[in-house]
Amino acid sequence: MIKVTMTVNGKLYTREIPPMMRLLDFIRDELKLKGTKEGCGEGECGACTVIIDGDIYNSCMVLATSCEGKRITTIEGISGAELHPIQEAFLEVNAVQCGYCTPGMILSAKALLDKNINATEKEMKEAISGNLCRCTGYQKIIEAVKLAQKKLKKR
Amino acid sequence: MGFKIIGSSVNRLDAVSKVTGKAKYTNDFFEREMLCGKVLRSPYAHAVIKAIDVSEAKALPGVIAVFTSQDLPKLKYATAGHPWSIDPKHRDIEDRMILTDKARYVGDSVAAVVAQDEIIAKEALKLIKVDYEVLPHVLDPEKALEKGAPIIHEERPNNIVNDFGNEYGDYEKDFMNAQHIMEGVYDTSIVQHCHIETQTAYAYIDTDDRIVIVSSTQIPHIARRVVGQALGLSWGKIRVIKPHIGGGFGNKQEVIIEPLVAAMTIFSHGLPVRYTMTREECFISSRTRHAIKFSLKTALTKDNKLQAIHVLGISNTGSYASHGHSIIMSATSKFRPLYNFKSFKIEPKTVYTNLPAAGAMRAYGVPQMIFALESHIDDICRKLDLDPIEFRKQNLVSVGHEDPISHVVVRSIGLSECIDKGKELIKWEQKRANYKEQTGDKRRGLGMACFSYFSGTHPVSLEVAGARIILNQDGSVQLQVGATEIGQGADTAFAQMVAEVLGISIDMVHVISTQDTDITPFDTGAYASRQTYITGAAVKKAALEVKNKILTIASRKIGLQIDALDINDATIIEKKLGKEICSLGEIAMEAFYDRTHSHPITSDTSVNIRTNAIAYGVTFVEVEVDMKTGVIEVIEIYNVHDSGTIINHKAALGQVHGGVSMGLGYALSEKLMFDEKTGRPLNNNLLDYKLQTIMDTPKIGVDFVETYEETGSFGQKSLGENPTISPAPAVRNAVLDATGVSFNKLPLNPQTVFEKFKTEGLL
Repeated sequence: MIKVTMTVNGKLYTREIPPMMRLLDFIRDELKLKGTKEGCGEGECGACTVIIDGDIYNSCMVLATSCEGKRITTIEGISGAELHPIQEAFLEVNAVQCGYCTPGMILSAKALLDKNINATEKEMKEAISGNLCRCTGYQKIIEAVKLAQKKLKKR
Repeated sequence: MGFKIIGSSVNRLDAVSKVTGKAKYTNDFFEREMLCGKVLRSPYAHAVIKAIDVSEAKALPGVIAVFTSQDLPKLKYATAGHPWSIDPKHRDIEDRMILTDKARYVGDSVAAVVAQDEIIAKEALKLIKVDYEVLPHVLDPEKALEKGAPIIHEERPNNIVNDFGNEYGDYEKDFMNAQHIMEGVYDTSIVQHCHIETQTAYAYIDTDDRIVIVSSTQIPHIARRVVGQALGLSWGKIRVIKPHIGGGFGNKQEVIIEPLVAAMTIFSHGLPVRYTMTREECFISSRTRHAIKFSLKTALTKDNKLQAIHVLGISNTGSYASHGHSIIMSATSKFRPLYNFKSFKIEPKTVYTNLPAAGAMRAYGVPQMIFALESHIDDICRKLDLDPIEFRKQNLVSVGHEDPISHVVVRSIGLSECIDKGKELIKWEQKRANYKEQTGDKRRGLGMACFSYFSGTHPVSLEVAGARIILNQDGSVQLQVGATEIGQGADTAFAQMVAEVLGISIDMVHVISTQDTDITPFDTGAYASRQTYITGAAVKKAALEVKNKILTIASRKIGLQIDALDINDATIIEKKLGKEICSLGEIAMEAFYDRTHSHPITSDTSVNIRTNAIAYGVTFVEVEVDMKTGVIEVIEIYNVHDSGTIINHKAALGQVHGGVSMGLGYALSEKLMFDEKTGRPLNNNLLDYKLQTIMDTPKIGVDFVETYEETGSFGQKSLGENPTISPAPAVRNAVLDATGVSFNKLPLNPQTVFEKFKTEGLL
């Protein structure tokens, strides 16, 4: 077992974990945050996307022990009593169907807009190109990211 | 029709829980010390299992159970998610067991392990020793039909699952008298659903000795029955719970892993065991879409009317029957209410091969058939120099058309208007003229394709649906249905129906989204684009019953006749004067607490629907073909649908976008490939299998022509599967327009296109 300390959604956690534990399992099984989903376990679908120190990662491809001292954001960490503007936008334009890719999509969009609030449509598409969705044909997802951009600019 | 809430774009009921990550899917539930199940899969496409030694695996610390077919009841069962048929002649083919004693494809389930965790379970799999006698295999269905081909199931030595078809009219005479006879062969590839949540379920035995299974399924009530059949248990001993599910597209309209997880918990003293397919397993050991090769021959009269059609189809169902012959029967039935053929002869064959089992996938065989038919129609028009749009319009069926075999009647058809809209959206005339005689490296073309589709399965199958409504003290209601929300937005549509009938707002309707076979009304589940049409009728019936009970109390209270009353904005009103009488809440309180008349208001009802409604639609597409690389880019694409009344525009748009995207993958990139020599899959992962990403998906234009279908509870027809049917032939026809080359096999990926250009001397 290895001791690891990291900040997840603003809260500091220290846990003794097996050395081979994936960040995805750390988040889901150790911290019981079930919003991060697994779709392939090999970094191809993006359902397990989380933000680590401002950048997006497939948490199935990251060892939890490599996150010592890092700041992680999961879907549970982006809103409090009120929805985050990106969540609002996904809801309003109906960018959600089965919902399984949604947390990862929202986090990919957030990482982009946090870094570049003026992102172009092309940049938005690139930002979520690692997140697969079989339900929506991506139409409403890109529309939601654009609407979120507008909402965030107004704030 | 003057609806208030039907037709409005209310937000999905589950949107907040999904955007916040709170929505619970099968793998998000906790159970005490959940064990991990794993499956040992065959490395051979065809092999007899002579012996299995599991002793070392069993001895590994942390292993709870290891079992093989030897340890299970010798019961063969069918996995297709169809309603049970009391008539044995209409049952699905019972050709598989939970674990097999003979491997019929690479990936067949040979043994199962339950262990404390995944690492130990994987280690245990390596310790199982299997003695295989490898047999010759066959992947090509035409070769499987040859004499001397390897026999995949002893019960069917000719490898034919089924070959019944049908015919109507004086087919021979129509061909004899034809002005033109046209022929073509059109083929499709094996593709996969690729729902982002793979097959997953967990099971345990509860304190009453009943098996509880929580599963990502489209069909909880059917799953319960099949688990009972597979294990030889009373159906009532089994309880299936369906939480949120991460996509299905037909692949969860099949009982694939539920009997296995039930067996896993039985062998583990009833402890909770979870089995989740890896993505690689999901590609080959759940289900795929049948590759079907259609040979079409049509007879035309001298005024270019389609007179007769001969359809010869070979459907590759892989190693197990699964939905089997139903797929090609659906394909060859649902195209018939499109063009006015006077006679037809349909000869379909469903054939076993040593490939993963093919099953239900969005639109159930119809994308394959419509690819063939609509490609063929364009080939006819090109050969006879006819306008493809006018030709189609001249041959469309009209209201009143009755299929001579199924007797399904066309009661509404807006296809001609759909075509007009699509034609205008894409600027057909102008662009077709512009793109004549191009010679450059990049050539543009326009194509279109039509389709017809059913709403549910009547008359082939039972169409029963249940709904239960309970009125609360505050005038709000709970709705329970056995139909399943799988992402398509069904729950939201049902809530709109209840709100419409009861005159309350959508936020006063709480839909219980989880199905639990112990308490959920009976319904066969999400498939065949049936729920809005079939379950929608049950929901309306239940809501009308509740309304009648509410107005009965109001009538008793005020003295006016029930007919004189109505509910509007949760208020009882006198219809004629629009006068408000009392709140719905007051009536609800009386129903609960009146010392003389207390009788809380509920309805628990079901419908058996014995009609079908034909939905229609069209795809218009513009492509640009790179003549040097074979890359096809979609410049513009529009789908226009006649699905009757649209219950929720926002949700309907979502269905069309997703369906078109899936259709474009089918047209341009998706193909599950296998090594001929070994039968091993070559690209069963999301990197090598080319699913559409956001970078590949163009902007998708959508429009609707809202006919009113008299048999729909609110005028509605099907929509869920429909949008995925016509994009592929439309793209193929656009490429034909751009290049003059007929591509008769999907997909049109750069390699195929490049090679064909070479053969045609274009490169």
